[in-house]
Amino acid sequence: MSSNLLRTMSEKVWDEHVARAVPGEPDLLYIDLHLVHEVTSPQAFEGLRAAGRTVRRPDLTLATEDHNVPTVDADGPIADPVSRAQVQALRDNCAEFGVPLYSLGDVEQGIVHVVGPQLGLTQPGMTVVCGDSHTSTHGAFGALAFGIGTSEVEHVLATQTLPQARPKTMAVTVEGALPDDVTAKDLVLALIAEVGTAAGQGYVVEYRGAAIEALSMEGRMTICNMSIEWGAKAGLVAPDETTFAYLRGRPHAPAGADWDAAVGHWRALATDVGAVFDREVRIDASTLSPFVTWGTNPGHGVPLSAYVPTAESFPEGPARQGAERALTYMGLSAGTPMREIAVDTVFVGSCTNGRMEDLRAAAAVIGGHRVSSAVRMLVVPGSTRVRLQAEAEGLDKVFTSAGAEWRGAGCSMCLGMNPDQLAPGERSASTSNRNFEGRQGEGGRTHLVSPVVAAATAITGRLSSPADLPPVATGA
Amino acid sequence: MDAFTVHIGTALPLRRSNVDTDQIIPAVYLKRITRTGFEDGLFAAWRNDPEFVLNRPEFDGVTVLVAGPDFGTGSSREHAVWALQDYGFKAVISSRFGDIFRANAGQAGLLAVTVDGDVVNRLWQLVEDNPAVEIVVDLPKSHVRCGDLVADFDIDDYTRWRLLEGLDDIDITLDREAYISTYEENRPSFKPATRLF
Ligand code: SF4
Repeated sequence: MSSNLLRTMSEKVWDEHVARAVPGEPDLLYIDLHLVHEVTSPQAFEGLRAAGRTVRRPDLTLATEDHNVPTVDADGPIADPVSRAQVQALRDNCAEFGVPLYSLGDVEQGIVHVVGPQLGLTQPGMTVVCGDSHTSTHGAFGALAFGIGTSEVEHVLATQTLPQARPKTMAVTVEGALPDDVTAKDLVLALIAEVGTAAGQGYVVEYRGAAIEALSMEGRMTICNMSIEWGAKAGLVAPDETTFAYLRGRPHAPAGADWDAAVGHWRALATDVGAVFDREVRIDASTLSPFVTWGTNPGHGVPLSAYVPTAESFPEGPARQGAERALTYMGLSAGTPMREIAVDTVFVGSCTNGRMEDLRAAAAVIGGHRVSSAVRMLVVPGSTRVRLQAEAEGLDKVFTSAGAEWRGAGCSMCLGMNPDQLAPGERSASTSNRNFEGRQGEGGRTHLVSPVVAAATAITGRLSSPADLPPVATGA
Repeated sequence: MDAFTVHIGTALPLRRSNVDTDQIIPAVYLKRITRTGFEDGLFAAWRNDPEFVLNRPEFDGVTVLVAGPDFGTGSSREHAVWALQDYGFKAVISSRFGDIFRANAGQAGLLAVTVDGDVVNRLWQLVEDNPAVEIVVDLPKSHVRCGDLVADFDIDDYTRWRLLEGLDDIDITLDREAYISTYEENRPSFKPATRLF
C-alpha cells in the first residue's frame, strides 16, 4: 500500500467513502449510487419485507428493466409468464419501497450500465454498486464501481453502506496509439489474453497512459466493463476533459456553482505523482490488431490474423485441460485460421458495446453491404435513448436494409435470458463480454469481437475485419 | 443465517477449472423470485451428460465440493450459491474463487475454503479412490482434514467470526447507524440524486 501522503485515485475515492474504520474489520463504505434490476433484486426486497426494513436512501437508488425483457414488441405484455412475473415483482417492489424505476416502454429504460452514465448519474469520485458484475463499467468516469450479490443488494438497500475489505491497487498503462480498426474492445481482449482471467483478483485497476487518454467515454466504458473478466474488483480511469465534456449538461450532472465545485473536486482525484501501485502492467497499443476469442473464457483471445491454438501451447494442468475442453465445446481444431471460422449469428449490443459509438461504427462498416444469407444479425441498442438517437441518425435503416434485425433495448443475447438465444451448436460473433459455455443459449458457441469486426463478419459470414471487405461500389 | 462450525461429509471431485457462475446455474433459472428451489439448475447443462460426476451414484449425498482453480468467476448471481446450498452443499474447496462468488458465499453461509492447488489435487485423489471418504471442514481450527491430510486454510477474521456466530450482516451495520448518519451529514451537495427535482 502506498504511503498516506501519496495516494492512487482508487485509494482517494475509497478514503472519501469510509463511514467507519476499525483495525481488523472491513471498512464500512458509503454507497453514492445503487443501481437495481429485475434479476438480482427480488430476494433482496423480500428480505427487507420479512425483516420489516425500509430502503434507507431511495433517492440514491435507481432501477431499470433490462436482463429479462423482450427486445421485440416492448409495448405488449411479456409473453413468458415467469419473466413477466419477475418484471412485475420489480415494479411492485419499487412502488412499495419508493425506488425510482424506468420500465419497459419508458424513454430512459435500458441496460443498467448504459442508463447510469447517459443520465449523468455516474460521476467521478462516486461509489457505485449494482447486483451485476459489469458494474465495473462506471469506473470509466473515475468512480469506484463494483458488482455485488443479492444479499449485498439487500444490505445496501437497508443501510446505503457495505462492509468492504480494502483492495490492492494495480495500474495498467497503455502507451502508444491504437492502429486503425483496432478498438477499445480489441485492447481489453488483448490485455486479458496476456495477463489471464485471474490476474486482477483482489485489485482495483487504474487504466492509464496515452492510449487510454485518447479514448472516448464509450471506449473507456468498454475497457472498464471487462475488468471483471480478468477478475478485478473494479477498473477506473482518471476523469479529464473528455469526462467533463461528456457529463456537462446531462440531466443529473451538477449545474452552476455545483458544477464548478464538482469539477474542482474531480480534478483532485487523479493519482498523485509518485504514488505506488501494488502491481503494474504495461501494454503498447501500437502493436495491437483486431482481437477475437476462440474458446470459452475471455482470456482465450488471439489476433484475428492468428490460428486456433493447440491445447499443448498451454501450461500443463488446469489451463491445458481447460483449453482441451474449450476446443471440444467450440467444435474447433487447432491450427484453423481464425478468419476461416464461419458463424450463424452476429450480435451487436450489450453493456460492453451497445452504445451510440458502437452502433455508428458497426453501421459505417455495414453501409452499402449485405449481411450474408447464412447469417442472422441482431442489433440491440443498449438503451431506449440509444435506440431513438440511432433511429434519428438513420442507423436502423442502414442495418435493416442490409438484412439485419433492429431491436428494442435490453441485455438480449448477451446472456440469453429472454428469447434471443443461440440454438445448440450455433456459433456467434458477439460484441458482448462473455464467451462462457452456454452463455448465449445452451450449446451455443460465442466468439467475442469488436463492433467493427462483428459488422464485417456479418457481411462475409466468417470472422473478418473491415479491411477484409471488398470496396463498396459508389455512385450510380 | 445458520452458524457454521465443523462440517463432516462426503465430497464431489469436480476436475474443472474456471467454472463460472453461468455453469453453476444458467441464466434461464434466474427468472424466479424465490430464494430456494434452485437445485434443479445446478450445473444444469453438464447434468444432461450421464457421465457427469454429479450424476454418478457413488456421489449421492455429497456435501463438500472440491473444484479446480477460479471457481465462481463471472456473473454476480448469488443464485449460484443458493443452487449449491439447495442441492445440499455446505462447503466448496478450491485454490481460487471469483471475488463476488466468495463474498456471496460468505453472506449466505456456504463456506468457501481456499487451499493450495496441490491440496485440491490430493483431495481429488482421495475422493476418487474412495468416494465414501469423509472430509472434515473445521472452521474453528481453519483447516480441512481427510484421511492423513490436514491442510490449513485462510479466511478473513470478519467472515470467520460472522460464520461461526451465524450473524446477519445487516444487523451488525444497523447497530452502527450513527456512523452512517454522521457520514451523510457531511456528503458534498453536488452528489447526484436519482430523482430529478
Ligand atoms: S448486457 Fe450482458 S453483461 Fe451487460 S448487464 Fe446485461 S447481461 Fe450483464
